[in-house]
Amino acid sequence: MNEKANINKHNSYYDDVLRKFKQHRLAMFGLIFLVIEIILVFALPAILQLDAFRSVGDFNGPPSLTYPFGTDSVGRDLFARVLMGGRVSITVGLGSACVSLLIGVPLGLLAGYFRGSVEMVIMRLADSLMSFPSMVLILALSAALGPSITILTIILGFLGWPEIARLLFANVISIKEKEYVESALAIGTTTPVILSKYIIPNGISPILISFTFRTAAAIIQESSLSFLGLGVPPPTPSWGNIMFEAQSITVLSERPWVWLPSGALLLLTVLSVNFVGDGLRDALDPKTTIADKGHKIK
Amino acid sequence: MLKYSLKRAISLIPSFFIITMLVYVISSIAGGSPLEMILQDPFISAEEVARKSAELGLDKPVLIQYFNWLGELLKGNLGVSYRTYVPVAKMISEAVGPTLILTMTSTLLALLFAIPLGLMAGYKPYSAWDYVSSALSYIGASMPNFFAALLLIFVVSLKLNWLPTSGMYDSFGEQSFRELVRHIILPAVVLSIQQVGSLIRQTRAGMVEVLQSEYIRTARAQGIREKRILVQYALRNALAPIITILGMQLPFIVGGAVVTEQIFSWPGLGSMMVRAIGARDYPVIMGITVFIAVAVFIGNFIIDLLFGIINPRVRY
Repeated sequence: MNEKANINKHNSYYDDVLRKFKQHRLAMFGLIFLVIEIILVFALPAILQLDAFRSVGDFNGPPSLTYPFGTDSVGRDLFARVLMGGRVSITVGLGSACVSLLIGVPLGLLAGYFRGSVEMVIMRLADSLMSFPSMVLILALSAALGPSITILTIILGFLGWPEIARLLFANVISIKEKEYVESALAIGTTTPVILSKYIIPNGISPILISFTFRTAAAIIQESSLSFLGLGVPPPTPSWGNIMFEAQSITVLSERPWVWLPSGALLLLTVLSVNFVGDGLRDALDPKTTIADKGHKIK
Repeated sequence: MLKYSLKRAISLIPSFFIITMLVYVISSIAGGSPLEMILQDPFISAEEVARKSAELGLDKPVLIQYFNWLGELLKGNLGVSYRTYVPVAKMISEAVGPTLILTMTSTLLALLFAIPLGLMAGYKPYSAWDYVSSALSYIGASMPNFFAALLLIFVVSLKLNWLPTSGMYDSFGEQSFRELVRHIILPAVVLSIQQVGSLIRQTRAGMVEVLQSEYIRTARAQGIREKRILVQYALRNALAPIITILGMQLPFIVGGAVVTEQIFSWPGLGSMMVRAIGARDYPVIMGITVFIAVAVFIGNFIIDLLFGIINPRVRY
């Protein structure tokens, strides 16, 4: 009796995915770190009554008990700013990845499913966009459109869609050639049904994976822009623009508390997102099994 | 081969138009027609400007303006900076050199560092080598390069005083090669960190894949010494994708060093771009964008050709 119950247990693909993910230590660390970070960043300022905008009068103060990260040149509590900045950076990162999805998924689907001239136009657009150095294009666009968090999110999202569309395109093509789709077409299944029943469920894994990697890239891009003073407009803090002051040698060498926490958080956050993305990629790949861990074919 | 080249060239034409149109659109959003920006020469009299405007058709439909702008572009006229009144084309030609030197050095460094590591990691998966290179590759991919720059400057220049913090040469020092090297080390290392991340991964994956192929298995079965197998068979084939990788680095090489150049006050295209944006100097902003677009475009074309030469299977 017991054996029968066990055989039926880890049957589904998604059970396998979940188990493989949990075994990926880096991915689990990344996930836990991100969850804790998100909770802290969104809850702590309210709980501790932190104010990231008001000057407390102590300019350029080093870390102390009341102000664990010290104060900046305008006298604002850096601990509060780092937390609030976390909200902005994470939101812009996730938000722009969503925008990339919104644009890239339909385009990738259309190109992959309908092929022909649709594919040519869409893929040509994607390639042209991708061949551009992203920083230059982002800078040019934000110079033209003006800085604001919304516009920034849209620009970053717009730059990310080719990556997602391309992946989905390749995926859709390979699924479309499978026999179960061929037979579905043969018995006259309509396009929307084929899309929703076969193509989309199989397309979800690459979408999810590229979503995570886009988020990581977007966080880095936003913080680089803000660091240059061309991203999130002050006084709204973001990890990048908190570090803006470090462009001066004095701040850099004599006040490391200004830039170290933000920088470290940026690194850790992006690392965690990348870990999760890697874990997802390994978990969703049906070619790796749990028993195979020692001989994984990467 | 000739047929392949022609085919590639023709297929690139639509991309060229897409890219230049994108730049044109961005430019127009920024305010004013890009054609106007090119005509903004303070040393020309008002009548000249009026005559030229009518001639080039500033009152004509957008499409005609676009082609006129494109025409001026192809003649090398990128307009004149709002801020310094220097022709943009001249400014760009002065800044390209430093940028290229910096990015190519960083790519070289990245290759020198990542390839041996990646090959070792691929040869001995799950060993200490592999974990170290995995760790480095993660950090390389996740580290925002301005943070790396700040850290390096903090440690190496300020605390240890080994290397200078900025510029390509010292303002009053000699412009020798040695000085260049001293100044280029930090920014090049910072830039290479990004590239090392993905290079290690790709080399490792390539090596793993090659080592699993049948000809390697056959060679081992035949008793050929491991070292010989590695050098003669595995290495060559694992490194073949390097050209692809280098090709993908091209957009970066031409214009990707913006933040790093800014931090190190490196006199290249990137820092010029940042300055121009701060000053709302649209001719320069658009000039750099167009220049980079076209440069990447031409570069991709050349790489496609090289690809066709090396890998006959790609030609169609």
